[in-house]
Amino acid sequence: MSAPAGTTAVRTQSPSPSKFERAIVVGASSGMGAEIAKQVAAEGAVVALVGRRKPELEAVASAIRAAGGKAIVAAHDVTAYEDVPRVFEALSREMGGLDLLVYSSGAQYNPEESVYDFAQDREMIEVNVIGAIAWTQMAAAAFEAQRGGTIVGISSIAGERGRRTMPGYTTSKAAMSTWMEALRNRISRYGVNVVTIKPGFVDTAKTAHLAKKPMVISPATAATLILKAAHKGGSPSVFVPGQWGLVALIIRHIPSFLFRKLNL
Amino acid sequence: MAAQPSIRSSAPWRVLDGFGISARSASRYLQPQSVDELAEIIRRAASEDLKLTFRGSGRSYGDAALNTGQLVVDNRGLSRVLSFDRERGTIELEPGATIETMWRTGVPAGFWPHVVPGTMYPTMGGCVAMNIHGKNCFKAGPYGDHVQELDLITASGERKTLSREREPELFRAVIAGMGLLGAVTRVKLGMKKIESGRVKVRPITTPNLNAMFDCFVERMPQSDYLVGWIDCFAGGSGLGRGLVHQANYMSAAEDPAGRALLDNDKQVLPPSIMGVPRSILWRIMKLMTNDPGMKLVNAVKYVLPETFDSSGTFTNTHVAFAFLLDSVPNWRNAYGDSGFIQYQMFVPDSTARAAMAEALEHCRKKGVVSYLGVFKRHKPDEFLLSHGLDGWSLALDFAVTPGNAKDLFAVTRDLTRIVLDAGGVFYPAKDAVVNADDFARAYGDRLTRFLEIKHRLDPQGLFQNDQARRLGLV
Repeated sequence: MSAPAGTTAVRTQSPSPSKFERAIVVGASSGMGAEIAKQVAAEGAVVALVGRRKPELEAVASAIRAAGGKAIVAAHDVTAYEDVPRVFEALSREMGGLDLLVYSSGAQYNPEESVYDFAQDREMIEVNVIGAIAWTQMAAAAFEAQRGGTIVGISSIAGERGRRTMPGYTTSKAAMSTWMEALRNRISRYGVNVVTIKPGFVDTAKTAHLAKKPMVISPATAATLILKAAHKGGSPSVFVPGQWGLVALIIRHIPSFLFRKLNL
Repeated sequence: MAAQPSIRSSAPWRVLDGFGISARSASRYLQPQSVDELAEIIRRAASEDLKLTFRGSGRSYGDAALNTGQLVVDNRGLSRVLSFDRERGTIELEPGATIETMWRTGVPAGFWPHVVPGTMYPTMGGCVAMNIHGKNCFKAGPYGDHVQELDLITASGERKTLSREREPELFRAVIAGMGLLGAVTRVKLGMKKIESGRVKVRPITTPNLNAMFDCFVERMPQSDYLVGWIDCFAGGSGLGRGLVHQANYMSAAEDPAGRALLDNDKQVLPPSIMGVPRSILWRIMKLMTNDPGMKLVNAVKYVLPETFDSSGTFTNTHVAFAFLLDSVPNWRNAYGDSGFIQYQMFVPDSTARAAMAEALEHCRKKGVVSYLGVFKRHKPDEFLLSHGLDGWSLALDFAVTPGNAKDLFAVTRDLTRIVLDAGGVFYPAKDAVVNADDFARAYGDRLTRFLEIKHRLDPQGLFQNDQARRLGLV
């Protein structure tokens, strides 16, 4: 972030979610993040791709450039929290500001029956929760100051209940959804659009091992729905696709004594 | 033990605004609780190549205490009174102590600050940085005139004591130096002996701008305070019409009852104004803060006679007279989230009448009218980048709205042209719109000399802020 451009101290324009011009996508090397980056670049935005794996990021960037878009790349591990301000500021400066941040990094491990693996649980909390907090609050400060901007967090329908098949993951997504809700309640009054995305099954590496994937959609379809929700403004919390909203409603209302008997 | 994380990676972020609300930015933000802690922050920021600026109560209207993406150090944790001489009225304070701290210390011993602004909340650090002035600047000069000594931590970490005898050149550059030469950690200054806890106020209606000038010229010799309120909506033969408030200290002989008011419990702001509690007044004002509303308020203020006795005067406690802005807490919120700017022009005596008339007329013609005009007389002082001059100032408050920015900033550019052509200067405590070229033109060789000192003392440009970058001071 640099001082506001222009010769006065007063910022006279705030970004609108109807058009994104400068975006950071964290977790852009694969899956939904890569698709969101490509699609927002196709809309005309400059996109900064952030992720651990440089070659994969470069591949996404090449695809964007081949399609006539603009992309820059920053290799960064979201659990290197102390680097977040530096990377965020460098990318914002290079793009001349920011009006969209997408946090799409995620870790998921579903332990087998009778397995208790702290290292995996910890990694999910670090990537899905602490990394999300570190990145989104950098954007929150910048966006509150500029009275506009959009923050998209890719959480999950899995955060709606604590589930026996994925305790660490559901915990992390519940925490992330709550963080996003708190951020929305904190800054939507300043014109900042805070969007929580709760996808169901998306056909990515994370879900490749699953035998049953009802209502599964491709990452590209998910990205289209996510950007549509982000453009609409109004700080929504949306299920992707929307049908999962009904499922979530039912799941939330199953009494605990029944829910524990299910193999969800 | 693990290495201490850098400020750059670990300091909290905070969205801060200028007092006018319209300038706003996000930065790292630290609040030291001791001078040693402050010195350590300066050392670490320098080693991390972070740019650092100081902030007190955030009373500068523009971006003087903002430092987008860098580091703002809030010195309000350093707020002690270090000493007070009840006989001489000499006081030493830390940089985060406020004007309020100062008068509360002085009043029971019969002392009042020589210079106070329209609010009691600015800190000593801010008062030094901006060399603030009050309604008595034609007589008492600015704040800096009463500073005897101050301590400074420079960019290299060196601690210096400055006065008119010790490093006088630097002393005269630090006062009005916008905090760009280092951290002020102690200020020693004199206070004024008073015999009564109140002042005698005489309101005088002036039918136009020339009459207001004439009123000041006539009354300056026998006044302690003089301030003019201008109705900027009025035009034609009433252009610049307004109200002058003259106030005078009172001796024990003139006001024997005033001695009992040298008591902090008696020095209070009015609890309500026309029956409306002070805490919610700004919400009422918000309904009026638009062109027709303020036109009405200004007209009523001009027409409505104030209550006074047969001598044409009334009395006010020092606090009630001095801190009019504080009578309406959060008054700035009446302007809403887009806020306002204050444009204050300082114009030499020889050109002031014409320049100010032109400025008021131009605003009216362009339909960008100030909701409040405040008029004062100044005098030159010894400080390098001071706004003080043998001349006059006119402060104009303009609402910023989502729709008016383009017109407003076109008008302020025109006003800047008028000020520069008249040989005038600007005041960083208020400024939000002047650019580097215009600032350089206003301050000329004084700016060159200031920058020489700045580059010698702070070669890496550690101390800077949004305003300093905008005005070309780094």
